[in-house]
Amino acid sequence: MLRYLAPIIVFAIMIPVFLIGLNRDPTELPSPYIGKTGPQFELPRLLDAQQTVGSADYAGNIALINVWATWCVGCRQEHGFLLKLAAKNDLSIYGINWRDRREDAVSWLDQLGNPYVASGFDADGRVGIDWGVYGAPETFLIDADGTVLYKHISPLNQAVWDEEFVPRIQAARGESR
Amino acid sequence: MKHLLLALTLLLPSAVALAIDTGKAFDDPVLQARYEKIISEVRCLKCQNQTIKDSNAFLAGDLRREIRRMLQEGKSDAEIFDFLVVRYGEFALYKPRMSGKTLVLWIAPLLFIGIGGLIVFRVIRGRMAMPLDDEDEIAVG
Amino acid sequence: MIAEIGHFALILALSLAICQGVLPLLGAHRNDQSLMAVARPAALGQFVFVIVAFACLSWSFLNSDFSVKYVADHSQLALPAIYKFSAVWGAHEGSLLLWIVILSAWTIAVSRYSQELPEAFGARVIGVLGLLSCGFLLFTLLTSNPFERLIPAPLDGADLNPLLQDPGLAIHPPILYIGYVGFSVAFAFAIAAMLSGHLDQAWARWTRPWTTWSWLFLTVGIALGSWWAYYELGWGGWWFWDPVENASFMPWLAGTALIHSLAVTEKRGLFKSWTLLLAITAFSLSLLGTFLVRSGILISVHAFATDPARGLFILTFLGIVIGGALALYAWRAPALDSAAGFRPLSRETFLLLNNVLLVIATTLVLAGTLAPLLIEVLDAGKISVGPPWFEVAFAIPMIPLLFLVGLGMHTAWRTQALQPLLRQLKVPAVIALLVGGLLPGLVYGRFGVLVTVGAIAAFWVMSVALIQPIRSLRRAKGTPGITRAAFGMSVAHFGVGLFTLGVTIVSAFTVEADLSLSPGQKVEVAGYEFELRSLKNLQGPNYQALEGEIDISKDGVFIGQLRPQKRTYLVQQSPMTEAGIMASWNRDLFVALGDPLGNDAWSVRLQYKPMIRLIWLGALVMALGGIIAASDRRYRVNATARQKAAVPSGEPA
Repeated sequence: MLRYLAPIIVFAIMIPVFLIGLNRDPTELPSPYIGKTGPQFELPRLLDAQQTVGSADYAGNIALINVWATWCVGCRQEHGFLLKLAAKNDLSIYGINWRDRREDAVSWLDQLGNPYVASGFDADGRVGIDWGVYGAPETFLIDADGTVLYKHISPLNQAVWDEEFVPRIQAARGESR
Repeated sequence: MKHLLLALTLLLPSAVALAIDTGKAFDDPVLQARYEKIISEVRCLKCQNQTIKDSNAFLAGDLRREIRRMLQEGKSDAEIFDFLVVRYGEFALYKPRMSGKTLVLWIAPLLFIGIGGLIVFRVIRGRMAMPLDDEDEIAVG
Repeated sequence: MIAEIGHFALILALSLAICQGVLPLLGAHRNDQSLMAVARPAALGQFVFVIVAFACLSWSFLNSDFSVKYVADHSQLALPAIYKFSAVWGAHEGSLLLWIVILSAWTIAVSRYSQELPEAFGARVIGVLGLLSCGFLLFTLLTSNPFERLIPAPLDGADLNPLLQDPGLAIHPPILYIGYVGFSVAFAFAIAAMLSGHLDQAWARWTRPWTTWSWLFLTVGIALGSWWAYYELGWGGWWFWDPVENASFMPWLAGTALIHSLAVTEKRGLFKSWTLLLAITAFSLSLLGTFLVRSGILISVHAFATDPARGLFILTFLGIVIGGALALYAWRAPALDSAAGFRPLSRETFLLLNNVLLVIATTLVLAGTLAPLLIEVLDAGKISVGPPWFEVAFAIPMIPLLFLVGLGMHTAWRTQALQPLLRQLKVPAVIALLVGGLLPGLVYGRFGVLVTVGAIAAFWVMSVALIQPIRSLRRAKGTPGITRAAFGMSVAHFGVGLFTLGVTIVSAFTVEADLSLSPGQKVEVAGYEFELRSLKNLQGPNYQALEGEIDISKDGVFIGQLRPQKRTYLVQQSPMTEAGIMASWNRDLFVALGDPLGNDAWSVRLQYKPMIRLIWLGALVMALGGIIAASDRRYRVNATARQKAAVPSGEPA
């Protein structure tokens, strides 16, 4: 009798899998760095090529790393929110200007405002690859000891900030006390 | 969110056009063969299901460049795949690496053949014992 | 106004489909003649209105009515007329309407060619098809209405996806759907048998031609898709194990198993419950494919851009249809098995092996396609399963199967003596080993294990397939020749051999080179010289293109010119590559333009692809074999109508 029931049993198992799968976004790639130390990097600064910015700069503090570019529509959308965040002065935002043209990026920040403590200029995308970046904008939340707490793909806004970032920041700060 | 990602994709060079490197990557045919094999197994993470060999997205080009660099530095295939997995996860490889969860997948073909063989054996054994009826069969070619 | 007529026609079609679905099934259950008689007229009515709806949508496209949202999203004033028409099925809503039209057309065909079926059975079949139509019409009307208005209407549309502006891709969906959807007939036959509680050899004989016709259309549809991907996508590949490709391939594999299983059920009344399960499975895989493609659950270049709400509807529909069928199966199938036997060397055994290996292949493809989803749902990470796994996994059941192809035809039912069989196979074996073993090295200069195995298998299949036709040609005058069914089978199996040879040779001996070329520069690949003569700009109806002129010579002799293009479609601004292909029976030369490298140089991909045409030729020959077999006299209505009185409406199993 089992051999006649087997097909419907197998099918019944597949249904919930599909149901759950429907609510997931297949194109979203979670970062393999979550819970681990983020990659070390050092890039020439966007606004001052003689200086560098990198993981050494934010070590010891909770920080945001935001991957952005002038050709990226989503980056434009989230820029206002980033400025708001920066104004609150709660934590530092570091930028990685990814696969962009220096002149374009500089004038972009000039016109729209600069929320970043500093932006690294990643011309050939090497650092982006090290961070597992596959599309801008992406924002990483880094703990004081360099652990990657969270990676958000697509533009940041207040809702996402409140839901995903604030709890994690609070938890991280609570632990360090 | 999906719409935004779609919009982002539209900004990158279309994935439909070809990915063509300029000139042969390696003079050494062994390295070249390894290169071509590796890039045909790495996923273009931005695209709708393409290898970095066939995709024209700039990320694919960047990854190909990194792979060429690593080959030139003498890294092994495993080290190159590791490099990608550390940064992008297992998703980046079209050939699932052996691990606990993919073990079932890799064993499946032979396992199914085994089960199939068992089924065939049991069916034939059962039918051997039954009478060959001499019903007139409907004529066929 | 036309769009509203079309919309209303769909609503009318739905009401008729409800009648068509519910009343005949009720009638068959109660043995009520008048209820059962509703089936055919209702089906005809549904068909009429469904055609009206399709005509309205086509009219909207051909007249560029951009106040219809679907038209505005997928067409453009400058779009050539032929693509305005094919745009009807170019996206989700319209292709769903195409599904409905084709399902209705199959229903009409069943309606027309089923006079021989007992009334209750025929009513049940048409009823089940009606319920399926209900599901699709509801889905369309509730979530995917192609006639939705866009007010205010834009002055010009968003253009059809440039990838779809191509003749190959214009006919690929209709042909594919005829196959896909056609398995619903076998499905309906299975449900009808389970509802009545009877399944006999006559049932198998009725089901067989419907299954063969669907199968052959699906074969051609898949081959068209593969051929299109090859020349249009520009990377020279012909199969990528993409989830949507797999979604069409799985019903094909199950359908092939079904055709063979039906043979056993028809001749000997065996494998009844198994055949039922295959009939359910083939169509279930079609439905599953529809779900995978339209729900957004998997990543694929083919996937329709759609949303999870629609996915939920299809999933529910899937659950009801497949769950219902499998529940019926669990209930009815146990009573069906019969006690006839066969010996280890017999046609039954070969067909059993065929089925087992094909089902293994189907399950493997399903596993590989769904594994990433399963692992993600279990929160165990995110993996990719691509060609490197599929090629290995698929080869494992396929290579043994290849060596078994066609053997069943020369083996007797019930029991076969070994020596006579071996005697028949001696010559094919010698041909296969000699030609297959030597061909790779002699013609292409290289030997190798895989390519030799593939070549031997290919020639083995082809030679074995020719045994019966040749014997028929040499028969003594007056003796009966080969039947159409057997001839069709031989042709189809021969097609499998051609296909295998094409795959083997092209996989092993393709030469590919990415190079930089400037005008006037010449380069040599695989014994052919390619020279870039010039690059110039030109204007198409709705695109601008850069065209390269590439002269090809062999041994200094000019053999032709290719004109690959890099197109930019004006509205969507997306670049597209049109490869230049020089085709010949034994090789393709493939040229595609890449990107400008500065200083007048361009990157170019050149490929030499030996025997690649055999792949699609093999598929066409398979389909031809199907047509020949399905037109065998014993399936014709007239012949069996005479037996109508004699055939019992169903013996207890």
